[in-house]
Amino acid sequence: MNYVLPVGDFLMAGEASSNVKKILNQLGIPPRIVKRTAVAMYEAELNAVIHAYGGRAEVEITKDFIVVEVIDDGPGIPDIELAMTEGYSTAPDEIREMGFGAGMGLPNIKRNADEFSIESEVGKGTRVRIVVYFNR
Amino acid sequence: MKVSDFAAALGLRILTGDAGLDREVGGVYASDLLSRVMAKSSRGDAWITVHTHINTVAVAVLSDLSCIIVPEDIPVEETTLNRARLEGIPILSGSMSTYEICWRAHEILTD
Repeated sequence: MNYVLPVGDFLMAGEASSNVKKILNQLGIPPRIVKRTAVAMYEAELNAVIHAYGGRAEVEITKDFIVVEVIDDGPGIPDIELAMTEGYSTAPDEIREMGFGAGMGLPNIKRNADEFSIESEVGKGTRVRIVVYFNR
Repeated sequence: MKVSDFAAALGLRILTGDAGLDREVGGVYASDLLSRVMAKSSRGDAWITVHTHINTVAVAVLSDLSCIIVPEDIPVEETTLNRARLEGIPILSGSMSTYEICWRAHEILTD
């Protein structure tokens, strides 16, 4: 499944992860695992909307696991280790006033995923890959 | 305790009609940092926040929260209420502060 994550559209942020959550619920995946997947994907979606110019999400669901890739063509992350530090954020003030930008997005994704990887190139974009297993 | 009973016991107004009123309230979580809510809240928690924008509904849906409580009579945008009705997430409102809601909810939920 592919989802478009539109630029700067906060109203739409969460549509893709809500849709995936519904599908996983319909498949009878345990609620605890559905929640972990949904939260990880939402954080990645928000990052694409806040920091990049939107992007896209590619989702693959198998019998045993789900793979979510969130890809953007945004500015990229110069120092991934720093970006992964809880509390570090480059979100603008108006985003923080909405309760985002606590510097917990990437750590939240990592915490909720069974497998997590991030590739980023300055000026090119960022790709976040999340895998969650259904039976662990 | 169902959201409808919880709202009645706390004297909170329900802004979203019948949507999601039979959800079960398991506990309460209060924070205005959305990532922290997603990281630390438990499924079924009633979530107290001063935010009223539409993304609060997404946070509640994705975190399996039972309802959103807006304190101190802060007005809630109609777009947020519409989305909440659509997603079955009740939004409750009242004049109490976050502290008062936590305190009274604790009494009700541990009764």
